[in-house]
Amino acid sequence: MIVGRTEVWTGRLLLIALMAVTIIPFLSVFTTALHRSGTVPPGLAWPADPQWGNFLEAFEQAHMDALLISSVIIVVGVVPASVVIATMAGFAIGHLRIPGSRWLFLLFLVGLTLPLVGIVIPLYYLVRSLGFYDTKLAIILPLIGLYMPFGVFWMRAHFLNMPTELSEAARVDGATTAELFWRIHVPLALPAVSSLAILLGVWTWNQFLLALVLVEDPTERTMAGALGAFQGQYATDIPLLSAGSLVILAPTIIVFLIFQRQFVSALLSGSLKG
Amino acid sequence: MAGWLFVLPALVMYGAFVLVPLAITLFYSTLRWNGIGPWEFVGFDNYTKTLTDPDLYGTIINAFKLMFFFSFVPVALGLLVASLIRRVATGALGSAARTVLFLPQVIPLVAAGIVWSWLLSKNGLINQVLSAIGLGDITRAWLADFGLALPAVGVIGAWVLLGLCTILLLTGMSKIDQALYESARLDGANAWQEFRSITVPSLRYEIGVCITVTVIASLAAFDIIYISTLGGPGTTTAVPGLEIYRLAFLGRNVGVASALAVVLVLLVLVTVLPIQRLSREEPA
Repeated sequence: MIVGRTEVWTGRLLLIALMAVTIIPFLSVFTTALHRSGTVPPGLAWPADPQWGNFLEAFEQAHMDALLISSVIIVVGVVPASVVIATMAGFAIGHLRIPGSRWLFLLFLVGLTLPLVGIVIPLYYLVRSLGFYDTKLAIILPLIGLYMPFGVFWMRAHFLNMPTELSEAARVDGATTAELFWRIHVPLALPAVSSLAILLGVWTWNQFLLALVLVEDPTERTMAGALGAFQGQYATDIPLLSAGSLVILAPTIIVFLIFQRQFVSALLSGSLKG
Repeated sequence: MAGWLFVLPALVMYGAFVLVPLAITLFYSTLRWNGIGPWEFVGFDNYTKTLTDPDLYGTIINAFKLMFFFSFVPVALGLLVASLIRRVATGALGSAARTVLFLPQVIPLVAAGIVWSWLLSKNGLINQVLSAIGLGDITRAWLADFGLALPAVGVIGAWVLLGLCTILLLTGMSKIDQALYESARLDGANAWQEFRSITVPSLRYEIGVCITVTVIASLAAFDIIYISTLGGPGTTTAVPGLEIYRLAFLGRNVGVASALAVVLVLLVLVTVLPIQRLSREEPA
């Protein structure tokens, strides 16, 4: 390949500039968080006496321990259930090709571009009448439903590529449909399933609108919902707000850095397929 | 028959929490109702109001203005950046870049809103930089400026979406046959001609994906606006999502809010479907 030296260096510089534009906002928040609580520091400046205690105070003010538990419960309530039922449906539509699967698939597709805000009003009244208002279930149950279009779409795409011979051989050996699914297809679908789980996990953790509308108590919300409440409460104390935001973001960023490869490939293929 | 049992749980959850609410939104949109008391049928009145009240249809206009920043900027800039870094985006620098550029996709939009509200505030980093390079005269509280709040909010969206678009396009570019570029060079094509006649046509599908994702992000924007401006100053950054929330839950005007919601759902569909169709067609 013909690659000029200038071309390579322009590319590198541009890439580094783009990375800087992404990172610097976080640095600004970080240095701001180290200033004395209640002051209005400059955008990006290292303080003379870094207030590391701000993070501890923010941790307590934001009820971080309760928040972590609540967010984890919501993710655990949403993701495994969504993944299992989406995989089952994707299997029936993409592999078993049950009668009417074309129509079923179209029905799920309808929801793929649907903005959440388009159905949030009835969800509010529905959740109230079911008695789930202000509980974690108010977020968990609607999210499972909301993830079905993408989940089914995703798993169907996986099962379309599975050779039918595989199932035929198992059928000859007398396997029932349930055995076929759990023993043969689920193990083979694990890569697609784990990408789906990562995507749904991130989306759940970051869900804001449902938390805002359906749950008043910040400690029963998702991380994003709690962050919104924290901003409302500490909007005028910039250093403390910055410290709190970083504390609330920390788990996301740590998990992302550990599993970055899986995250990037899941998000990439997620948007390409979606 | 067993097959149907496999679809049933997904269908029940989807039906109960998406399809039924969607139908109810349609129903609510024909009512005058404050959410608590008795309701009455008003037919298409709420739609008439949505399409004639400037405070309501103005939110739709704002969403289309935002689209320039949420969609055009990340896709155009992403294309440019991706084609310039195409050859260096491998190795250690490349994988570091992937991680960093994905960060805005992983954090909640709420966090992006908080971070940028601070950057764009009177004492924030943007003004600090402007003052440092001698542009102190134009510093201001960007998100509180009637003329510039919408572009400022747009910058937040562009920041969130640029990394995703760049990496999606980069992934697409890695699949393009390098021989195409080499023969173009032998024919004396310059970088722009290469870009126009090889890169863009080969990335038809990836560009389609980027446009779809970003267009939905602009039309259905909520989190960033709620955190950074709450639609203000005035109504300069009010978008449909925010207005629906405000009307339904603060203004107790469920009928009009639902009509705006239906209009939004349709708007997303009629905007996204042609893009999907165009990007999936084989180039002639």
